[in-house]
Formats: sequence, structure tokens, C-alpha cells
Amino acid sequence: MLREIRPAIVLLLALTVITGLAYPLAMTGLAGVLFPSQAQGSLIEKDGKVIGSALIGQEFKDDKYFHGRPSATSAPDPADSTKTVSAPYNAANSSGSNLGPTSKALADRLKEDVDKLRAENPSQPVPVDLVTTSGSGLDAHISPEAALFQVPRVAKARNMPEDAVKQIVTANTEGRLLGLLGEPRVNVLALNLALDRAK
Amino acid sequence: MTVIGWLQIVVFFAIVVALVKPLGGYMTRVFNGERTFLSPVLRPVEAGMYRISGVDETREQHWLTYTVAMLLFHVGGVLIIYGLMRLQAFLPLNPAGQSAVAEDLSFNTAISFITNTNWQNYGGESTLSYLTQMVGLTHQNFLSAATGIALAVALIRGFSRASVGTIGNFWVDVVRCTLYVLLPICIVYALFLVSQGMPQTLGDYVEATTLEGARQTIAVGPVASQVAIKMLGTNGGGFFNTNAAHPFENPTALSNFVQMLSIFVLGAALTNVFGRMVGNQRQGWAILAVMGVLFFAGVAVCYWAEASGTSTLQALGLSGGNMEGKEVRFGIVASSLFAVVTTAASCGAVDAMHDSFTALGGMIPLINMQLGEIIVGGVGAGLYGMLLFVILAIFVAGLMVGRTPEYVGKKIETREVKMAMLAILVLPLMYLGWTAVAVVYPPAVASMANAGPHGFTEVLYAYTSSTGNNGSAFGGLTGNTFFYNLTLASAMFVGRFFMIIPAMAIAGSLAAKKSVAASVGTFPTTGGLFVGLVVGVILIIGGLTFFPALALGPIVEHLAMNAGNVF
Repeated sequence: MLREIRPAIVLLLALTVITGLAYPLAMTGLAGVLFPSQAQGSLIEKDGKVIGSALIGQEFKDDKYFHGRPSATSAPDPADSTKTVSAPYNAANSSGSNLGPTSKALADRLKEDVDKLRAENPSQPVPVDLVTTSGSGLDAHISPEAALFQVPRVAKARNMPEDAVKQIVTANTEGRLLGLLGEPRVNVLALNLALDRAK
Repeated sequence: MTVIGWLQIVVFFAIVVALVKPLGGYMTRVFNGERTFLSPVLRPVEAGMYRISGVDETREQHWLTYTVAMLLFHVGGVLIIYGLMRLQAFLPLNPAGQSAVAEDLSFNTAISFITNTNWQNYGGESTLSYLTQMVGLTHQNFLSAATGIALAVALIRGFSRASVGTIGNFWVDVVRCTLYVLLPICIVYALFLVSQGMPQTLGDYVEATTLEGARQTIAVGPVASQVAIKMLGTNGGGFFNTNAAHPFENPTALSNFVQMLSIFVLGAALTNVFGRMVGNQRQGWAILAVMGVLFFAGVAVCYWAEASGTSTLQALGLSGGNMEGKEVRFGIVASSLFAVVTTAASCGAVDAMHDSFTALGGMIPLINMQLGEIIVGGVGAGLYGMLLFVILAIFVAGLMVGRTPEYVGKKIETREVKMAMLAILVLPLMYLGWTAVAVVYPPAVASMANAGPHGFTEVLYAYTSSTGNNGSAFGGLTGNTFFYNLTLASAMFVGRFFMIIPAMAIAGSLAAKKSVAASVGTFPTTGGLFVGLVVGVILIIGGLTFFPALALGPIVEHLAMNAGNVF
């Protein structure tokens, strides 16, 4: 048994160097050459400043922008570091709500949000993704239904005809890959950027 | 449920099955020490590693030596992870300035990663430096996976050999598995993941000013290299807190699909390695069939439950299923499928929050883990877990006809059955025992995020996941407390090693036995009757063990939900 001690130490160190250092560093180098934009986080720049990542959702509150899904992320309370406060779309601390199917807190939150949206647009059914928080709290997408639901509000805030806004939504809707994988979706940041470009 | 949803599920399983044979053939050559197409590049590295470590690759080990070598290897692994976490503030590659991790959390994480559990009591982007992620976690992802596969191969050798005292050389198996199987796949796989949008950088977290003018700090890092082995090695410990739900850890529907494939592929291929080594590939297909039956049953229930939604959603007129905790790009079907795949295997990565699943939808992952993660299972661990159930099923069949049971030419006798039972019983002892303690210990109860039966399920899930070395969680439970850090670590340790040691004892005792030729009285182990018998034994043992606990958690919650109760 004692003669197994040397391989235990030497092989552990050798494999640490190979899999823990050489492999990730080589991948970092290769990725930087082959896919430089993705490797850095698919960042979007506007006027030379980073305004976010194409893959990470951000918070929109203004009526003239399409809104993303509710987000359950939090941040340390500046007043008391042992507590946390709600901080939607905090991309340095991803988190879901983790509220279960019989949670009263979830039922109350859903009711409040649904009532608010019904008041905003009584003509269409409220899309489920617009009132549920995502798993990561950073979902960049909403369903096409959730985008169309917001068209009247956005069109009004921008003084644009609803059809023109609808067209931009359609142009920014992505389908399933090969007609099979994933779900139809709209990237909220991309949609809002397209909207800003249109007007 | 939709047609396109089911089509995704069927295409997924068809691709897994298609990969079983080619990969099984390749892995068999690797573990038989034969030349492969990668040998010209890798053989010099391999030989060099044996030279510096003084390993004689022709010298095989007794099962006890093999097991001790494995344990020694893991002691070193614990020390490296623990040391890195405690000292990361003073070490390089720490652009976010993460401070030292507390003792109990470091201990929990070290045990978690050597046991292939990868339970996340830490929040990746808010706790760990890049160096800790790479050298501590990425590295141990490789080694715990390689160890699992090596152990499964050693057990297979027990079945395939006759009248010998050895079951292979642990060091050779681990080195060959890492160099020839895991590393080459990961290199290609990591680059694919980057192409889909996964970051791979050592740069600082990005400071962005959003379209509305708010500040957003975006965590990045060497993500792709870690995620590749995290999935392939069924480790599951995320780079980010929300694991594969995080857009950077799973950017597209395609990356999600390939991640699910990579969870299953090595475990499924090992059934073929088993078939090839015992000289009849149909033996491997029969085992895969048992796994397939249980897999589809689980997917059907989980997908149905999530697509149906909850009574809260229905009462508000919200259709489209239970989207709380799920990402739009994956939707209901890919989230349900991922949950079943990750718990059927002992992966534990999640692309949706299991805590927010419906009661029955969340019960399926729980059952998958409580059955011992034998539906494909963790790399290696799934196969040896399944073989333990096969031994039991064969034993039951032998009792029915009154003769000594045989399996692939080996007589299954008292010692094997005792060891199999020991391994199978130690799992419920851990997860039921610790759950019972936690629900009467007030500080542990305070960690529950949800009230009512869902809170109980959170605790049951935590101990089931850690005992089964899965690592997925009902994430609402605050697990980073002194009590949970220590008790969960003990569940992970016992769940891993008290299953491995009996399995290795069986390997040793089988290898020493003579091989007996099949006769007319031998129970055929390649047909439908055998598949049905094994499925039956798994469900009966599983059901008797954990049904009472499920009745207190998800089942009562489902009934309460239908009655319109909230807590």
C-alpha cells in the first residue's frame, strides 16, 4: 500500500497542471483567437461604451421600452451587509425566486403583476412569462406574445403607429433552431436598440 | 404538451443511443490498453506521467489496493480545494477581489467536488476567484469523473475475468481516462460552447451602462472550459450561482441540447463497454433498455406536470405552463427534459429552478435520485449502481426457481448479495436519517425558504441530492450554514464511498471466481423478461424505501394545491 503514496502525490500534481492550468489557459487562448467576441461575453457597445451583453437581460422601466421578465436577483443591503435587497438583473449575482407552487408569496406577487398588466392592456390575455421570474434572473428574452402584449404601450409612449412597432417586433423574433430546438423568443435589448434606431 | 416537445425528447434519446456503440468501442480500447487514433500524440505524455510517478503500468492491483489508491488520490484532492478556497485572497487570478471562503463552506465544497456531487453552497460569481474555479474545481471535475469511470471499469473486469486476483491498475485507468477520453472531448466541446456565446476569459467583470442609464456589473470568467467537463463528467457544479440557467452558462437552445447529450453520453456508452468486455454486447443493451424505460416514464410525468402549470397560475388565467424559474429560450419542454436528465445521471446541473417546479414535476428528479441515479447515472457510478440492482434482481430470480443465480457467467453468491444490499441500504440511511434530524432541529428548519410541505421537500431534496452525489438543489434552502455544511458533507462522503467500497469488494470476489458456461437452466439476461424484472426490483425497493417520505412532501403538496391551499 505504501508504494501507492508516490503516484498519489505526483499524478495528482501532474493532472492538476494539465487539467487545472494548461487546459483552461489553452482554451482561453484559442477562444480569444477563434471567437473573440463571444469569449469576452458578447458585449454590445454604443458610442464606444459598453451598454451590456447580448445574452444578459437588463432592467427596463420606461414606457417607451419593451420590458423584460421580472427578476429575482438581489444585492447586499448597503445599510446592513448581512441582509440583501432586491436588485433586478444583477449580473454579478444570478438567482431565481425559488418560490414553490403553493407559495403564498408567489401567489400574491403574481396577482399584483397580473392586475397591473391587465390595466395596461385589457384586450389581450397576460402572457405567463411576463409575470414569472426566470431561473437566472437574467433572462434576455421574452416570448413573442409578451412582446406583442406591450406594443400599445410602447407605440403610445413613442408616438409611433402600432403597426410600425409590431413590424420591429416581428423582425426581431427568433424561431426554433431547425424548427425543433428551443422556443420562439424576442431579445429585449436587441428589440429596444432596434426601436431606438427606428426613431 | 406539444408534438414538437415530444419530438425534442425522442430526438434527444435517439442521438444518445446512436452514440453508444462508437463511443463504447473507443472506450473499451482505451481501458484494454490498446492503441487508439490519439495514441501518437498522447502516448508520450502518458508514458512520461508513469515514469515520473513510478507507476509500473503492467502491474495490476488487488481490489483493496485499487480502492486504497483511489482514496489516497482523493485525500490530496480535498487538501488542494480546501487550501485554494482558504487562501484565494492572497493568490493570483482574482480580479473580483474575492476574500477567503469560510472553513465550513470550504470543507463542504471540497467534499462536494471530490465525491462528484458538486453541491453549490457557494455562489460561484460572488464567492470564488478564477484560480479556485480552474485549479480547484475544473481540475477536480476531471478527476472525480475519471475516478468514477475507472471504478466502473474495474467492476466490469470483475465480471469479465475468471480466476484472477486483480482488477486493473487504478493509476493507469485514471490517467488513460483523463487523457484519452475526457480531455480530447472537452477541448472540442469547450470551443463549441464559446461559439454559442459562453465566455472564456481571465478579464475583469464588465462594467456596463444600460440603455436606461443604470450600472450593471456583468460577471464573466473562464466559463466554457469548466462547463465542458462539468457536463461531460456529470459533475454539475456551476461556474455561476444559477448554473445552466445562467445565459452565460447555457446561451442557446443548441448549447442546452448538447449539454444534455453530454450528460448522458459517457454513462450510456459504458453499458456498451460492459457488453463488449463480458463478450456479449446484448448484455449492455439490456441494461440500457432498463434505463430507457425508467427515463421515459420520468420525462412523461415531469413534462406533463410542468405543462399543466399550477392552480395559482390557472386561477389567474395564465396559460402556457409553469414558467416560474424557467428561461424563455428553453421553455417548458427543454427545462423538464433537462431536470430529468440531470437527476437520472448524477449531474446536478440545472437549467431551471427545481424549487419552483410543480409538486409532481419536482418529485420526478427526487425519485430519480432516490432510485440511486442508475438511469444512465453518473459517469461510472451509474453503471456500478445499476449492476448492484442487477445482482439483486438475479438473486430474486434465483430464489424463484431455486438455483444459484448466475450473471454473465459468474455465480452470484452470499457475499455479492450482502455487499449489494449494503450499498443499496446505506443511501436511504443517509438521506432519510439526516432529513429526520433536520426537520426537528430549529436552526435547520429556519433555512427553509418555503412554508408547508414544500419546505420539507427542500430538506429531503438536499440530503437526497448530496447522498446521491447529484448536486442539484431546491435552491431556496439556505444550505450555507454550519449545520448543513457539515451534515451535507457527511451525506456526500458516505453516499459516494460506502457505495464504492462494497462495489469494489464485489469486483474482487467476482474476478477470483471461475467462469461457468451457460446451460439450459441459466436465466437469460438479454431479453424482455430480464428488463422487466430489473425495472420491477428497482421500483419495489425504491418505492418501499422512500414512498412514505414522498407522501409527506410532494404528494401532500399536490393535493393541497388542488384544494386551493397556499402556505
